[in-house]
Amino acid sequence: MEEVKEEVKEEVWELRLYVAGKTARSVAALANLKKYCEEHLKDKYVIEVIDLLVHPQLAEGDQILAIPTLVKKVPEPIRKIIGDLSNEEKVLVGLNIRPAK
Amino acid sequence: MSLEPSESSKMPSRLPKSNTGIRGLDEITAGGLPSGRPTLVCGSAGSGKTLFSMEFLVHGATKYKEPGVFVAFEEKAEELAVNVASLGFNLNQLQHDGQIRVDHVRIERSEIEETGEYNLDGLFIRLAYAIDSIGAKRVVLDTIESLFSGLTNQAVLRAELRRLFEWLKEKKVTTIITGEKGEASLTRQGLEEYVSDCVILLDHRVENKISTRILRIVKYRGSVHGTNEYPFLIDEEGISVLPVTSLQLNHPVSSERISSGIPALDKMLGGEGFFKASSILVSGTAGTGKTSIAGSFIDRACTDGMRAIYFAFEESPHQIVRNMRSINIDLQAHVDSGLLLFSASRPTLNGLEMHLLNIVKLVEKFQPSVIVLDPISNLVTVGSNSEVRSLLTRLIDFLQSQQITVMFTALALNDKNSEQTDEGVSSLVDVWVLVRDIESNGERNRGLYVMKSRGMKHSNQVREFVITDEGLKLVEVFLGPVGVLTGSARETQQLLEKTSEALRDHAVSRKDREIERKRLVLESKIATLKEEFESLQEELNKSYIEDELKKSIMEDNRKELTRKRDNLL
Repeated sequence: MEEVKEEVKEEVWELRLYVAGKTARSVAALANLKKYCEEHLKDKYVIEVIDLLVHPQLAEGDQILAIPTLVKKVPEPIRKIIGDLSNEEKVLVGLNIRPAK
Repeated sequence: MSLEPSESSKMPSRLPKSNTGIRGLDEITAGGLPSGRPTLVCGSAGSGKTLFSMEFLVHGATKYKEPGVFVAFEEKAEELAVNVASLGFNLNQLQHDGQIRVDHVRIERSEIEETGEYNLDGLFIRLAYAIDSIGAKRVVLDTIESLFSGLTNQAVLRAELRRLFEWLKEKKVTTIITGEKGEASLTRQGLEEYVSDCVILLDHRVENKISTRILRIVKYRGSVHGTNEYPFLIDEEGISVLPVTSLQLNHPVSSERISSGIPALDKMLGGEGFFKASSILVSGTAGTGKTSIAGSFIDRACTDGMRAIYFAFEESPHQIVRNMRSINIDLQAHVDSGLLLFSASRPTLNGLEMHLLNIVKLVEKFQPSVIVLDPISNLVTVGSNSEVRSLLTRLIDFLQSQQITVMFTALALNDKNSEQTDEGVSSLVDVWVLVRDIESNGERNRGLYVMKSRGMKHSNQVREFVITDEGLKLVEVFLGPVGVLTGSARETQQLLEKTSEALRDHAVSRKDREIERKRLVLESKIATLKEEFESLQEELNKSYIEDELKKSIMEDNRKELTRKRDNLL
């Protein structure tokens, strides 16, 4: 598990990325996610990466089917974005982020 | 029979199979579902797919020591537990014991955004985790097609499903995949393409507003299987498939006899009644006492300690018990002693097949020696004649294989062809007893005769059939100069006979008395003659004795005189 934490007092995006091993797709997904967060949510996000090969029991809680899946728990509503997150526009819509000016 | 070629020549001679524990299914499939392979169970909504797969898992866990994983795509674990609780499955307990694991996979379309490439490793991992955590041997995916509504990338889904089924095979788990029936294909998403080993179709058909559940094995690679449509039943004991289709005429026969409960009828049937395990049809027009004959038969069977079931399609059990009491037959006593079971249902309650299944199920459970179906005529309301005939044929076959004696009653229409029952079953049965109206002199009487009775000597005589307070009786009909006499005409004849008998008796006794008198006169005459003879004899004797006496006295006197004279000298 790998954590990137930034202390902020405002609304914080709690993001969880579920992967299964270090596949090219999951590496790409994490890289994409980090890039968008740095760009649009600087200092307002927490990313938790969960490797289901290590913790298979965690798949049930968030109803994970597809890999990779990004789960946005906070702020509400809960959204899931599946795939390698290559389409920036869709990811931002999914995360309910207004693109930074 | 469709026996498809085996997949490879190296295959073991027999395909390993996993028992489903579902009644009847293991017989049709000759042992169950293919072990370690996926089976597709498809059918329309409400056809019993979930129940089918749940039974497979629960029986696996409880009877065959094979734990199972239920992946529910549609229902939550708690909902499932409640749904199957009605079948007596305690899902929560089984989960607690690690026998079954229910995993609810929820896909919310609105929550999901798809971007770029993905696969379903998440599902694989969950499944692998669930399987490994309890050492599952059986898996159910219900209904995996929900994935198609949750995810849009069809190409990925199809590839992943193919991979999933391969993976399940590698895992060596016996899997059931359920699928909703499609328009033209077996499943909406064409799952049958991926699951090629065994496909079972469940159907729920409504004909004449009456539903019948049907199960059919569409395909079973590498195995012999029944190919018919088998009706099945879902009740408080779960699913039962009862393949009542065998038309093998090779059941053992018995030469034991069983009484009809009417001594005179037994007499007409060679003196001993019906053969055991035979089928008896009692037909007649309305109100001729068919039910009474059936009641009498049942009563006798129960009195002899046999178990019996009375299937009533017209009257309620209480009604039958009450009515039978009027002819001095107490069926309630047999019900109380546990020998007699009533099963009353309107024919329209179920489809024909369901009736058959119910009968078969009840018979297997209760193990009776005798059953009565009263009347079969009403079944025609829910099926065509040919269907009813097919049903009865199969029923008779089944009952004979179980050595059960069955009595049907049937209503015959009061027309020219009244010797034909409208169900046309008369050729199927072993004994056919016909009760007929005999109408004459402005009254209606019942005539009973044995139309046929296979394998035994039987009377060709018409008997008058009377229903009395003491039970059923058969009376010899009177053949007078004007023909057959029944009812009051017979009674009149009997009275006439009685009168002449009395007159004859009187004449006889008068003659007897005369003879007696003559005897007395003669006897007194004999006595008088005897007396006369005796007095004559006495007279004769008297003179004879007197002579003797005189002679001896004279002798004495002479001797005395001689002695005296000597003394004087």
